[in-house]
Amino acid sequence: MPRWGMAADLDRCNGCGACVVACHAENNISTVGAAEAARGRAKHWIRVERYWEGEFPDVRLKFRPVMCQQCDSAPCEPVCPTYASHHTADGLNAQVYNRCIGTRYCANACPYNVRFFDFFNPSWDRPLQLQLNPDVSLRSVGVMEKCTFCVQRIRGAQIQAKAEGRELRDGEIQPACVQSCAPRALVFGDLQDPESEVSRLSRSARGAKLLEDVGTQPAVTYLAKQT
Amino acid sequence: MTPATGTRINDDLTRPLLLTSWRFYLLVAFFGAFVAAGLAAWFSQIFFGIGIAGIRWPVYWGFYVTNFVFWIGISHAGTLISAILRLVDAGWRRPVTRCAEVITVFALMIGALFPIIHLGRPWLAFWLFPYPSERLIWPNFRSPLVWDFFAINTYLTGSILFLLLPMIPDFAVVRDRSTGLRHRIYRLLALGWRGTPKQWHRLETAMQIMAIAILPVAVSVHTIVSFDFSMAPVPMWQSTIFGPYFVAGAIFSGIAALIIAMAALRRFLQLEEYLRPIHFDNLGKLLLMMALIWGYFVFNERLVTYYGNEPAEMTVFWRTQRQSFAPLHWTMIACNFLVPLVLMGIRRFRTIGGCVVASFAVIVGMWLERFLIIVPSLGAKYLPYSFGIYRPQPVEIIITAATFAAMGLLYVLFAKVIPIISIWELKAGEHTPSAAARALDEERLGKVRP
Repeated sequence: MPRWGMAADLDRCNGCGACVVACHAENNISTVGAAEAARGRAKHWIRVERYWEGEFPDVRLKFRPVMCQQCDSAPCEPVCPTYASHHTADGLNAQVYNRCIGTRYCANACPYNVRFFDFFNPSWDRPLQLQLNPDVSLRSVGVMEKCTFCVQRIRGAQIQAKAEGRELRDGEIQPACVQSCAPRALVFGDLQDPESEVSRLSRSARGAKLLEDVGTQPAVTYLAKQT
Repeated sequence: MTPATGTRINDDLTRPLLLTSWRFYLLVAFFGAFVAAGLAAWFSQIFFGIGIAGIRWPVYWGFYVTNFVFWIGISHAGTLISAILRLVDAGWRRPVTRCAEVITVFALMIGALFPIIHLGRPWLAFWLFPYPSERLIWPNFRSPLVWDFFAINTYLTGSILFLLLPMIPDFAVVRDRSTGLRHRIYRLLALGWRGTPKQWHRLETAMQIMAIAILPVAVSVHTIVSFDFSMAPVPMWQSTIFGPYFVAGAIFSGIAALIIAMAALRRFLQLEEYLRPIHFDNLGKLLLMMALIWGYFVFNERLVTYYGNEPAEMTVFWRTQRQSFAPLHWTMIACNFLVPLVLMGIRRFRTIGGCVVASFAVIVGMWLERFLIIVPSLGAKYLPYSFGIYRPQPVEIIITAATFAAMGLLYVLFAKVIPIISIWELKAGEHTPSAAARALDEERLGKVRP
């Protein structure tokens, strides 16, 4: 059984935001408009956090793409009263939209704030409604949604490999954010395979987990020059 | 004042049921209007989506959960006063117990609405219930919200029984004094009460069992409500002190609610002879004690956090202590600690008026306490990039106001159909206040009603 994971090289990330756009397109994330976004209703399953270091004029800007960390010990899962938020066999923190009743407890428990709530029924600015992905269900009002590591692509590739009677190749599965990352800062793969690129990067001395001391055991490793 | 005789007690305490003044209709219309507005607000929220409330990323809980914790807290009035005072057989409890038990039941009903009001899809709230569905899906028993469901339902069932049991002899009194349809209804409610020694014995036994059984339930309820917070890895939420801290706060706000309710009853139903200054004096002392306990818990919680100096916790700590939430925080300290300490601690101020003022302060302070536990933490959770603020929207404010009105409405209606003071318990006590109590009464009455 694979264990899906990701590595994000912060020294490569240039903060372009292509991953955010690709994620919106792939996962049918509704755009809420400027007014609602200003009220804190924007939904970006992956976001590029910006942090400034130093004092003006000697300022450095650091980027950190943050998506669901697909924790092994995920605080969002035990608190859900209806099992909408649960753990899959391959280690994903799955969200069953149909089962969600919208207590929002999972989002409060999440230390990374990567869970997003549908405050209204979804809508898209024209002509974005014409490019909805048929592989991903739409979410109604009152439901929590989050990064899935593009589970539709994972399952698609698994079915394809099975049909062709072969094993999955490393790098065959690319979530939308990884696919669209021009500087190749994001790498996705199976952490159980010690030879995969993501495993290699996760073992790097440059690697660290986000908020490791909270004890969530995330599947995402951030690589950065250690200073 | 002359000690009331049995017949006079019957007359005085059934009068509100049999005679209706214009003030009753006015009160019902006043509270009813607020409740109607609250219902309209709730329906519009269901219709348009929960987005019309002010909750947002990352502050996903706001006024509704604040109200939930607050009202479940208020519900602790009944248990403490009635069960503990019954068990220790405190004589002065007799006119107070029913007022208190009613608060428990109504506050629980109101509080239990909020987990449904705050849901994104409230029409699916029944998925929290452990019913055998055809898909064999049960609720997640690891979730504190499911524990809430069981705790609150147990408490509600228990406190309804606790309220109903001692009402049976009083239903019989009303049955014997009414006619027509009313007579038939109360005859049904009285369950064939004849007042035989056997019946009395059974009632006393049942009350004893209920009083003992309800205490651990009450303590567990607010502990479990506190688990909603302390089980999540959120700065300033993950705290081992939350269980007793919440229970103490709940009892604190419950006593305050009881004092306000009793003062209102005394005034509107002319029960000056039954709800006497001695009762307010005793409850005022309880309020003082709870204020001290509450102050101890807050000091403890704050000091340990400060000393631990954990960065994520300190961010929330300074937010409430010095930054944006500081005005609310210090208002809370003043309302919950300073005001009760001065008004209830100094004997001269422990009058009915003083008790009521202190109780209003405690109600405000305890509501703020719940708010300040929930919102500052959620708005400053670990990653500074994801910090956020919360602004309540009209729908939340209207629904909050409506719940206070709902409490008033339910209370007024209840006092209309059921004697708000337990007639038989009062008679059983044989209204023989001690000489000291009577002296205090006279002193206070002289002061309050010159």
